[in-house]
Amino acid sequence: MRKLPQDFTLDTKAFKNGLLPVHESAIKHVTGQAVYIDDMPEWPNELHVATGLSTEAHADIVSINLDKVRAYPGVVDVIVQADIPGEVDVSPVLSGDLLLAGDFVHFIGQAIFAVAATSLRAAKQAAALAEIVYKPREATLHPRQSLERQEFVLPTHTISCGDAKSALETAPNKLKSDMYIKGQEHFYLEGQISVAVPNEDGGVQVFASSQHPAEVQKLVARVLGLPVAQVLVEVRRMGGGFGGKESQAAVLGCMAAVLAVRNRCPVKYRMPRQDDMVQTGKRHDFWNSYQVGFSDEGEILAAEYDMVGKCGCTADLSDGVVDRAMFHADNAYFLPNARISGYRGKTHTVSNTAFRGFGGPKGVILAENVIEEIACAVGKDALDIRKLNCYQGEKNTTPYGQKIEDDVLLSLIEELEASSNYRARREAINAFNKKNPFLKKGLALTPVKFGISFTSKHLNQGGALLHIYTDGSVHVSHGGTEMGQGLYTKVAQIVAKAFGIDYQRVNVGSTRTDKVPNASPTAASAGTDLNGMAALDAALTIKGRLQEFAMEHFGIAAEDFAIENDQVVLGSDTMSFPEFIKLAYMNRVSLSSTGFYKTPKIGYDRKAAKGRPFLYFANGAAVSEVIVDTFTGEYKVTQVDILHDVGDSINADLDIGQIEGAFVQGMGWLTSEELSWDDKGRITTNSPANYKIPTSADIPEKFNVKLFDRPNSEESVYRSKAVGEPPLMLGISVWCALKDACASVADHKMSPPLAVPATPEAVFYAMQAAQNHKTSEEASL
Amino acid sequence: MQFLLNDELIDDNTLPSDFTALRYLREKRGLMGTKEGCASGDCGACTLLVGALEDGELTYSTLNSCITPMQSLAGKHVVSVEYLSKSGELHPAQQAMVACHGSQCGFCTPGFVLSLAGLYEKTQRSEQPIDREAVCDAISGNLCRCTGYRPIIEAGLSMTKEPMIKVQDAKETSFVELMSKNDRVKTQLERLQTEPKNSRNYLQPNDLEQLAHALKSHPGAVLIAGGTDLMLENTQRYRDFNTLIDVSNVVELKHLQIGEAALTIGASVTYSELEDFSKPLYPQMNALLSRIASRQIRNRGTIGGNVANASPIADLPPLLLAFDANIQLLKHDGSTRAVNIADFYLGYKKTQLASDEIIASFELSLDKLAQFHRFYKVSKRMEDDISSVMLAVRFDVDHGKLSDVRLAFGGMAATPIRGLKAEAALTGKAINDEQGLNQAIDALRSELTPMSDMRASAKYRLDMACNLIRKAWLELNGTDVVTFSGHAVSDSLLSTGLEASTHA
Repeated sequence: MRKLPQDFTLDTKAFKNGLLPVHESAIKHVTGQAVYIDDMPEWPNELHVATGLSTEAHADIVSINLDKVRAYPGVVDVIVQADIPGEVDVSPVLSGDLLLAGDFVHFIGQAIFAVAATSLRAAKQAAALAEIVYKPREATLHPRQSLERQEFVLPTHTISCGDAKSALETAPNKLKSDMYIKGQEHFYLEGQISVAVPNEDGGVQVFASSQHPAEVQKLVARVLGLPVAQVLVEVRRMGGGFGGKESQAAVLGCMAAVLAVRNRCPVKYRMPRQDDMVQTGKRHDFWNSYQVGFSDEGEILAAEYDMVGKCGCTADLSDGVVDRAMFHADNAYFLPNARISGYRGKTHTVSNTAFRGFGGPKGVILAENVIEEIACAVGKDALDIRKLNCYQGEKNTTPYGQKIEDDVLLSLIEELEASSNYRARREAINAFNKKNPFLKKGLALTPVKFGISFTSKHLNQGGALLHIYTDGSVHVSHGGTEMGQGLYTKVAQIVAKAFGIDYQRVNVGSTRTDKVPNASPTAASAGTDLNGMAALDAALTIKGRLQEFAMEHFGIAAEDFAIENDQVVLGSDTMSFPEFIKLAYMNRVSLSSTGFYKTPKIGYDRKAAKGRPFLYFANGAAVSEVIVDTFTGEYKVTQVDILHDVGDSINADLDIGQIEGAFVQGMGWLTSEELSWDDKGRITTNSPANYKIPTSADIPEKFNVKLFDRPNSEESVYRSKAVGEPPLMLGISVWCALKDACASVADHKMSPPLAVPATPEAVFYAMQAAQNHKTSEEASL
Repeated sequence: MQFLLNDELIDDNTLPSDFTALRYLREKRGLMGTKEGCASGDCGACTLLVGALEDGELTYSTLNSCITPMQSLAGKHVVSVEYLSKSGELHPAQQAMVACHGSQCGFCTPGFVLSLAGLYEKTQRSEQPIDREAVCDAISGNLCRCTGYRPIIEAGLSMTKEPMIKVQDAKETSFVELMSKNDRVKTQLERLQTEPKNSRNYLQPNDLEQLAHALKSHPGAVLIAGGTDLMLENTQRYRDFNTLIDVSNVVELKHLQIGEAALTIGASVTYSELEDFSKPLYPQMNALLSRIASRQIRNRGTIGGNVANASPIADLPPLLLAFDANIQLLKHDGSTRAVNIADFYLGYKKTQLASDEIIASFELSLDKLAQFHRFYKVSKRMEDDISSVMLAVRFDVDHGKLSDVRLAFGGMAATPIRGLKAEAALTGKAINDEQGLNQAIDALRSELTPMSDMRASAKYRLDMACNLIRKAWLELNGTDVVTFSGHAVSDSLLSTGLEASTHA
């Protein structure tokens, strides 16, 4: 890895001037020309996969009769676990995720066998004909049961600082309660899919819709019993990922690959929506219990948090998810004495997985709930409690020992407080609520402080491969995947900027495991930070060679060489970039390079539960206003103002797109999106007919997003900051505003418990609780 | 079976009856711009624009191709995303989507583009301005998981204004030709109307006589109208249909008219048709219709289908119950009988409809339509959601007393149901008799026992049923209560000056 040159680190206004490119695929999107995996031409002999699913949450399999499945017209192959040539375990990190179940099942929807047929329809129809006899066992379906039964997928971890227990005992005021936070379905518009094409060497090429092609490659090799080098995985784009295609996309690649190699033909495995919603993991439910001690002013003195994640039947990525929930239980607030314990609850349900925020939202909403409750307890505006407890000055150390080294949070909150006119609106809302018997308004400003870096240290590396061709066109590959976030666009901008050439010269190729090996998943918001840096490294390597060549060929000094505005400056002469590249080629200059980056400074000592898991924090805040119909609990979000910290933005349009999209996704999680399971462990929200993500009518007409204008104090790529996940947690302002509206019914003397998500039903009963509180208070007077 | 696909005339008689338009485009024509997001008509990634001749005019509307049989579009102009940029430049909807950053992952984008192009077509043709409400209505059946919609709404609002981006080098002319003004397409469609639409497995009778003949000659055939529910059997449960008889073109079933004493709504009238028709006449009915499903579904789904389907959570049966609607049933032999909606539902998904009968029309008394009525729908999401609870209420007032009361519910029992005891408790009471209201609510609590499911708990359903009666009663008494719709809340409501409107 090259050391970054001086001018690079000083250049903090990298992309401020000039027009920003739109998403590199925007025109292909709107014309329908962008190719997703299901759009690739099919081979005449291509087969389609459906799997036979467990109908029991926890059971031994007594017998499997697949005769009718095999006999169904169009069926070419049917496999069970014993037919897998290599290993059957397809877990991303640990173990337990089986490609096909063996003698037992541990969730409803687990694949027991797979059918390959001439059409998806035939495969689905055939799969329904299996006769499977189970011997059911007792199932654990709720994280509360997991805790009672001490059933965990991984050991419990605890972070602490100060002496929470004694500080809690001596605190003048205390809160003790718990909250159940439901999970979320990813609902990427393109469902899970992979196509596997066998090659002439016994290996396979897999076209995947995956955020982690290197892992698909590794696991495909594992199930086939092949060296990793014999598997090639390519990802051009996903129709949305949101974490749902980080680990769980691999199963489809593996299944397709096994059947493709067995049958020597291309195989497509596409999950229809209902299968996807039943068979793949979601955002974890969390059951959080909390005890908080605080001063009469509302300053938090002590906190004890027990956070139980509903991990499902296996570990998947749950260790990191629960860790991140714990790392974010402080959110923006200083906890002088804290004990935060995270439990990895095992349940006989689908294994939950990554989802934008990766556990973080479950910590942040706990913190914000505590603030709302303290505010009501001490009779202050919640914003005052937020500012009082916000990290500032000497109050700058997180419970895990990482220091907050910049002072962005409080100034960002104050800037938004002013620009959103928070105080005046609060007054107006109080007046409105006093006068109106049927409608209640609520208001909340909530911040987010989100740690950037994978908490698994080794994943914090990025790779790139860059070529310049003799006409001056540039091709760059990197380890990151495109799922709509605009990573390819940003990487192209970074490369163009590094060379000083037109953006149009740079082509970003699809992500392939033979271009950049062992790449980390595109996750943890780190896509641009890691891959942008790696691409920059490759560009600077070649630019260095070009400089050396120019010095030697033209006899000029180093400082006389530059590439600016697409022109090569050679002392007093200039040359076009293509001309210069052609000359370099003729003089045998290598025009290809890899690039590499590893995140500096980070490290977390798990034994001590202390360290620096994150290179930096991305910050933001949102003010949401809601209006509630007290007859029904129905509500509208009427205004949202967001101020978000992306450092020096590489592409403000793309960043604002991420902020808005994440906010609405977070709002959906907390409002209309409600996962539901029956008492057998079957998911009953298995379709968009009963699982409701936001529509265009759910977003407010007044939706203002601004970027907080300050460069990253860490040496990130062009001093930008990661943006993918953090703004999702700004959606919590909607939930807090709803809670505030409910509290207004009790004149803010109490903050009623509000379920997550806050469906109209949940809001209705929270309001009723507030009303009951008020009535009993009045009665006792 | 012939239709126009973009600019190609298709003549294909090989299709299974239930083969969807989405599959046809993707599997038979290689037109991959149209996507499958859910195959249940809930996400809009498969949205197409379909042009049809109506009273000699070419008009375009959107539909979900994932649950539309290809053969149901015989004689129509099917427009996929590929058509819009055929001339080498982008349609204004496409240009605006690019300029406003309306796409991220891009998978839902073609569907949005077609919904917006449909809106562009409609508004440009009638020279109406495009407002936010119109945009949200047009894209009410399109889900996007990436953008949060703000840039898409902006694209919709700006598509008639934005300076256009060229795909490649500029051509002098921008995309100005409206599809509905395309005479070549119109002429082709006119010619197609003279072609037979029936195939061996998909029959599209034009009148009752042809329908009777089709029913007689295909005894095992399944009836289909919009197919917005029936086709889920095909796409979600993988059931294969053999012969389908499509009643959506039967002229007698399309009646929508006000007679001397009654409003007649033909069974094959779509939600959108009734929505348009009711707008100036019955604003409450119009408001309810705007809350049913999405624009794409409303363009296809029919009133008869909603009733015959007998779902306890359908929204029109309570409305019809509130007006004591008469249902005209038609036997295959051509004879008819009338059944009152109050007697129509026998049990969960069971009706009076005999196996040799179809619903022909509904008659609603104009007198009753003139009485005070309200419809309240409670669901988790405003747009395109199924009711947790729905109340249709009608009060007839005679000399300050409630003389006739209808309280009809969806979501409260195994069938659409009236709260008969609650109705009785209110009947004869003064309109402002709050004690009478409370008695009615107590009565309702004793007579209905809803269930809990993923949409709502039994307790919430019952509490809502009671609160909605109270809300209706307050409205009857002139109290200004607010019911949210799919639209943005108005500024007057957001302002604090509500003193004037709260006198409860």
